[in-house]
Amino acid sequence: MIPNPDPTQETLVLNMGPQHPSTHGVLRIVLKMDGEYVLEAEPILGYGHRMHEKMGEVRNHKGFYANVGRMDYGGALSFGHGHVLGVERLSSIEVPERAEYIRVLTTELNRVASHLLWFGAYLLDLGAFTPILYAFDDREFILDLLEHLTGARITFSYFRIGGVCCDVDDKFLDGAKIFVKRMRERLPMYHKLVTGNIIFRKRAEDVGIVTRDMALKYGATGPVIRGCGIDYDIRKTEPYSVYPDFDFDIPTDDKGDCMSRYKVRMEEIEQSLRIIEQAIEKLPEGPVMGEKVPKKIKSSGDCYMAVEAARGELGYYLACDGTDTPYRMKIRSPSYSNLSLLKELTSGILLSDLVSVMGSLDLVIPEIDR
Amino acid sequence: MSDLVNLLFTPPLGILVAVLLVVVFVFTNSAVLVYVERKLCGHIQRRPGPYEVGPFGILQTAIDGLKLMGKQILIPNGADRKLFMLAPILSFVPPIVAMIVVPFSDSVQVRDLDIGVLFVLSLAAVNVLAILIAGWASSNKYALFGAIRAVAQNVAYEIPLLISLLTAVLWTGSFKLSAFVDAQTGSVLEGANWFVFTPWGFVAFMVYFITGMAETNRAPFDMPEAESELTAGFHTEYSGMGFGLFFLGEYTNMLLMASIATTLFLGGYHLPFVTLGGSGFFIELMQVCIFLLKTYGLIFIMIWIRWTFPRVRFDQLMNFCWKFLIPVSMINLAVTAIVLKLGEL
Repeated sequence: MIPNPDPTQETLVLNMGPQHPSTHGVLRIVLKMDGEYVLEAEPILGYGHRMHEKMGEVRNHKGFYANVGRMDYGGALSFGHGHVLGVERLSSIEVPERAEYIRVLTTELNRVASHLLWFGAYLLDLGAFTPILYAFDDREFILDLLEHLTGARITFSYFRIGGVCCDVDDKFLDGAKIFVKRMRERLPMYHKLVTGNIIFRKRAEDVGIVTRDMALKYGATGPVIRGCGIDYDIRKTEPYSVYPDFDFDIPTDDKGDCMSRYKVRMEEIEQSLRIIEQAIEKLPEGPVMGEKVPKKIKSSGDCYMAVEAARGELGYYLACDGTDTPYRMKIRSPSYSNLSLLKELTSGILLSDLVSVMGSLDLVIPEIDR
Repeated sequence: MSDLVNLLFTPPLGILVAVLLVVVFVFTNSAVLVYVERKLCGHIQRRPGPYEVGPFGILQTAIDGLKLMGKQILIPNGADRKLFMLAPILSFVPPIVAMIVVPFSDSVQVRDLDIGVLFVLSLAAVNVLAILIAGWASSNKYALFGAIRAVAQNVAYEIPLLISLLTAVLWTGSFKLSAFVDAQTGSVLEGANWFVFTPWGFVAFMVYFITGMAETNRAPFDMPEAESELTAGFHTEYSGMGFGLFFLGEYTNMLLMASIATTLFLGGYHLPFVTLGGSGFFIELMQVCIFLLKTYGLIFIMIWIRWTFPRVRFDQLMNFCWKFLIPVSMINLAVTAIVLKLGEL
């Protein structure tokens, strides 16, 4: 090491990850530090890369479907939704209305579960151990429900091209109703325990401010862009599936700090509950699987299908050449764009704030390193 | 029989026996507290806590202790071996030594030093040295960060801690711990008997309690070992009993902090309404029970706070100390001095 002539200008390189409690996975961030202050944070990806996009190009549509849930362990159903909708659009497959309603119902339940997971993990990052267990209590309820319906708890492979694999029963619908009621009772408790807490507010307010320009420049989506006042939600801006049938709001907040993203997500839980309630009420009768779905789904042409996942815009770009396997597949995952904000957000802030900012971006690493 | 008692409890053998008893008490306390904390936090978090080992899981600590003892103590490459081994001992021994001046009852007290408060403070200050040594000797950047934070935090928080204790000293006019207890006898109906019942005493107690939590590095002030930021802070590289001793040290520090608070502010082994007069085995037993009840009550509050609140940020922590706690405690000290002087006139 070459001795630095000016010791006050000396910086320390701190390797945060790939094994670190608050990177939530195998993300590595190389921090250049001046004391407690972060001068530069450089995320380094690739520790969990599994070539999902390449796998999409060698497997047929049905074969690849099992992969989608593995990308985002938080909200696997949204990832499935985007994929099946993309393939259905390319191959002009009709989906029964009941199937679409069930898709929306389960996806929204999954979104709530994902936000609850984030809520707990974020508070854990800030040093509060208790909220995650409360959040997991509620999340467990959702997972039990979805397990009853789909047979899986995390990596659901429930949707099929042309419908869903099995119909919902009364037990599931009653359970979902009970959950909505229960969650509405629990949310005020969360706000009482966490939102008003002075220590939490000091850690989240005015920390990691994302401006509108920054959010647009980096292509941030989801609660990150809604947290800085832009009501960009694919469910409203480019409506897909049966979302136009539902009455729900897109929560936004103007400040762009960690607290805004927190508030937006907490509000989104309530909006998702509204959608779940309406979906149960409006659930039409009929089949759950299209009748004319071919065994070998051949498609040609290309399409970009975007859906609103729990973390933001999820896009599948599929280019097909007439066979049942895409010629090219590109996935636009929300956390990847949101992570790219990190470098600009964290220059010159404290190490503790870096943890808070990272938590508020709600990063899911397997989805970044697909 | 009484000859044997006399032999065992009078110097020179008496001192040895008493010190041994304190050590036994401290170890038992740590073992019980680890279990109690885990059980309590379990119930706070809607889960049962340890329940597998023994009835209600009470043997969990013993099993954990055995596990820690069975583990290899790894010393990382490039670590300063001597200092690395010294640090856990430095963190564990001083609070035990400090416990010898704590009065559990009229006669259950190993040594009633004239400089009791100073003795406790000086030994409690060794803790920061232990953390600094641990962080430096580990040759790990996370550990070093933890150590730097610990030094800044403990040096800052020692000042309001000292001033709040000085307020109590001013009120009593003595450094002797038994003098504090004696000054807080009598019934509350005849006037404020416990120091905490006076307005300045209450402020001093609150300042002491907050700084005490910071001094023992408990959440929400657990900066030196902030898990989500520094993995485990200063004890990142410690395994086996090296970590175990830091762990025991933390619980002993909690006990010391709570028992000093009880002695100085909460009337020691006295009840608020009646004075337990006389002597005898049962009176002494009652006094010890009252003392322990108050002490563990305080520890319960500390555990409760730990499992409820998020961690404060480092600069907020320092701001809170320098811009709030120190001015408040200084004003409080001045007010106490003026009030006492006016009372004398």
